[in-house]
Amino acid sequence: MNSTVQQIINTYKKDRFRLMDMLIDFQEELGFISKETVKDLADQLDISTVDVEQTLSFYHFFTTEPTGKYTVYLNDSVVAKMMGQEEVAKAFEEELGCNFGQVCEDNLIGLFATSDIGMNDQEPAALINNVPFTKLTPFRVRELVADMRAGKTVYEMYTEGYGGGNNKSVLVRSMVANHIRRIGPVLLNDCSPGDAIKKIVQITPEAVIEEVKASKIRGRGGAGFPTGLKWEFCRAAVEKERYIFCNADEGEPGTFKDRVLLTECPEMIFEGMVIGGYAIGAKKGILYLRYEYKYLGKFLNDVLFRMRGNNLLGENIAGLEGFNFDIRIQFGAGAYVCGEESALIESTEGKRGEPRDRPPFPVERGYLDKPTVINNVETLATVVKIINKGSEWYSALGTNDSTGSKLLSISGDCRFPGVYEVEWGFSIDDMLGMVGATEVQAVQVGGPSGALIGPDEFSRTISYADLATGGAMIIFGEQRDLLKDVVLNFMDFFIEESCGSCSTCRNFPVILRRTLKRIIDGKGIRKDIDDMEEWGQIPRVSRCGLGQTCTNPILTSIKNFRHLYEDLVDKDEDYVSEFDLSTAVQESCDFVGRIPNI
Amino acid sequence: MSKLVVATTSLAGCFGCHMSLLDIDERILDLIELVEFNKSPINDIKTFTKQCDIGLIEGGCCNSENIHVLKDFRKNCKILVSLGECAIMGGLPALRNGIPIEECLAEAYLDGPTVKGNIHKILPNDKELPMLLDKVYPCHEVVKIDYYLPGCPPRADLIWDVLVALVTGDEMKLPYEVVKFD
Ligand SMILES: Cc1cc2nc3c(=O)[nH]c(=O)nc-3n(C[C@H](O)[C@H](O)[C@H](O)COP(=O)(O)O)c2cc1C
Ligand code: SF4
Ligand code: SF4
Repeated sequence: MNSTVQQIINTYKKDRFRLMDMLIDFQEELGFISKETVKDLADQLDISTVDVEQTLSFYHFFTTEPTGKYTVYLNDSVVAKMMGQEEVAKAFEEELGCNFGQVCEDNLIGLFATSDIGMNDQEPAALINNVPFTKLTPFRVRELVADMRAGKTVYEMYTEGYGGGNNKSVLVRSMVANHIRRIGPVLLNDCSPGDAIKKIVQITPEAVIEEVKASKIRGRGGAGFPTGLKWEFCRAAVEKERYIFCNADEGEPGTFKDRVLLTECPEMIFEGMVIGGYAIGAKKGILYLRYEYKYLGKFLNDVLFRMRGNNLLGENIAGLEGFNFDIRIQFGAGAYVCGEESALIESTEGKRGEPRDRPPFPVERGYLDKPTVINNVETLATVVKIINKGSEWYSALGTNDSTGSKLLSISGDCRFPGVYEVEWGFSIDDMLGMVGATEVQAVQVGGPSGALIGPDEFSRTISYADLATGGAMIIFGEQRDLLKDVVLNFMDFFIEESCGSCSTCRNFPVILRRTLKRIIDGKGIRKDIDDMEEWGQIPRVSRCGLGQTCTNPILTSIKNFRHLYEDLVDKDEDYVSEFDLSTAVQESCDFVGRIPNI
Repeated sequence: MSKLVVATTSLAGCFGCHMSLLDIDERILDLIELVEFNKSPINDIKTFTKQCDIGLIEGGCCNSENIHVLKDFRKNCKILVSLGECAIMGGLPALRNGIPIEECLAEAYLDGPTVKGNIHKILPNDKELPMLLDKVYPCHEVVKIDYYLPGCPPRADLIWDVLVALVTGDEMKLPYEVVKFD
């Protein structure tokens, strides 16, 4: 057996629950994962090759063929396209003389497309050997290709200098910009790392939960479940081995605020995990980090290392006898659905990221079937402020049903894309003013799974009672073709990312996309619009949030921009067929050697 | 009231839907009081002899002949009903839709384990034969279909209810139990 393979398997002590880590290491060390590697792995872990293959085939960043000494993943999300991704893609193809999906020049460079990589405020962007290159232009592409041909390392390929804040840390060295445009209670740098931990060890776990409950904070990952309550449920579980996860999968196109928190406030996030761990009685925490943020890995591990040195992690934390807690980082491998909490658990257990049936909820049976709390990055960071400054201070911010502040990831057609922290209750109108957006046609609130709203609704406010959101705001100017450039792209995204378990989520987006395309091509009829509205309801019965929201791009755009559809359809026809007999028989006639007689 | 005229056909189906129609048993006698059959395998009338009210279609479209028959039905029937899974979604025959047509033909006529004696490697290419389509199409992608009756096959009672509803013009009940299969 290849010695690298053996070494990697040994590193993870032949633990099948660490299959993801092993596959990630193989991919990185060997450039791809061959049949032999799969076989060796299966033998050594004493599982079947199919067990390995099903995990392997699920994730976008695992490949069974070499992907080149330099592997380029160019983002093809909506905003990337708005900012010139197509010219950049063309420049890559022309310069290299090959197409996306191919590896060229003697296995030197592989070109691939990928879904949103969390850089919406600095598109077009690509990952080259896991390092982000942002604000690409055709000119930069030619330089990059020349650098790759010259054999430079990815770090030598930067000409822009490093981005601000910790992006320039020697452990990160990335050109990513933070673009923090507005700070608030969470981002304000007014507490020292460890303060909150020192505070909680003076009080009981129950008192910590009470404090969090009193702040009325709700989860920032999208679903908005009250955090204190979630912790209480978990603490109430009979089983004593418990886990806390920080969900840093951040896969919803248009959100990138967790990336900025991870870069600038990692101590706070980990401190939040320690607090949560103390509250629920967990000894282990796991940060599930999307693979696209791999470039932050060393830096984050170093933060953990330093926290251990400062007695903020490890044994007898902050001097409290018996308070033991540690954190490890689990990388994903490119799958949006792994942000769903039960899929995230499956993935961490080394399996396909397929959501589980719920109930039982993770607080009863989660990671390794033990009670588990999963919280968003921002939720955990915010908890630290709540402990430091008190629930009373916190609950006075924001609105009655939505206390505190929210980090917004704002991108699209505006002068100042970036991260803005605002108190809940902020209106869309104010937001547009704040970011310098004029002549706005529409705003996508909450990413593709959220809603596309028009000017009639810009007076609405960001809050759980009105426009609930995980914080992604994409602005579309008058010049954009909403159906073709936005809705269609979002449908492509969901079709690509569905895990495929539920027939409703596997099939309906495909059917609706076809209808939508027909309408865009000018071949639609009025009934198509009605059908889409009616059929779009069906995936609501799917197992997880992905399927339940996957028709929202179509449903909300029909609701708020019906005229765009009506302008395109033939209002008199009641039926159209795209079927063409001569095209349909061509292939078989060619094969059997006969001239079609229609 | 003059009798409604009904035509039926089996395209890329297994005739199971027609068998189910026959499962209405002795009610077939009531049925012929209500309706008159025109082109149908049940009475073996091969071509339309008059304009029909209702066309029941079993099976989807896998070849050019299916397409011609279906279009003929559309022309000659006021109302078309897709009867059963195959007509509605392609059904079992549509399992080939993910496989290239070349592979399907090669498996059937050249390389399959049951292929014996085709030493000259002949593929069916006589111009009298229907031409295979690139995939199996559900009927509504080829012509307008007015109603869909789910099931594989739809139960006899259901087909009976449909015909009665179409004759009387009453709305038909489709409880969850009858649509849950698809
Ligand atoms: C398809 C899908 C993707 C999700 N992605 C994320 C994500 O990237 N980050 C996140 O925090 N929550 C995500 N969620 C929500 C999580 O399931 C979960 O509700 C959340 O992490 C809980 O944390 P919170 O209570 O702190 O918000 C996703 C949900 C679904 C259905
Ligand atoms: S809804 Fe979609 S993503 Fe979620 S479990 Fe079902 S198929 Fe998978
Ligand atoms: S629906 Fe079922 S019974 Fe009817 S033709 Fe198809 S396979 Fe046969």
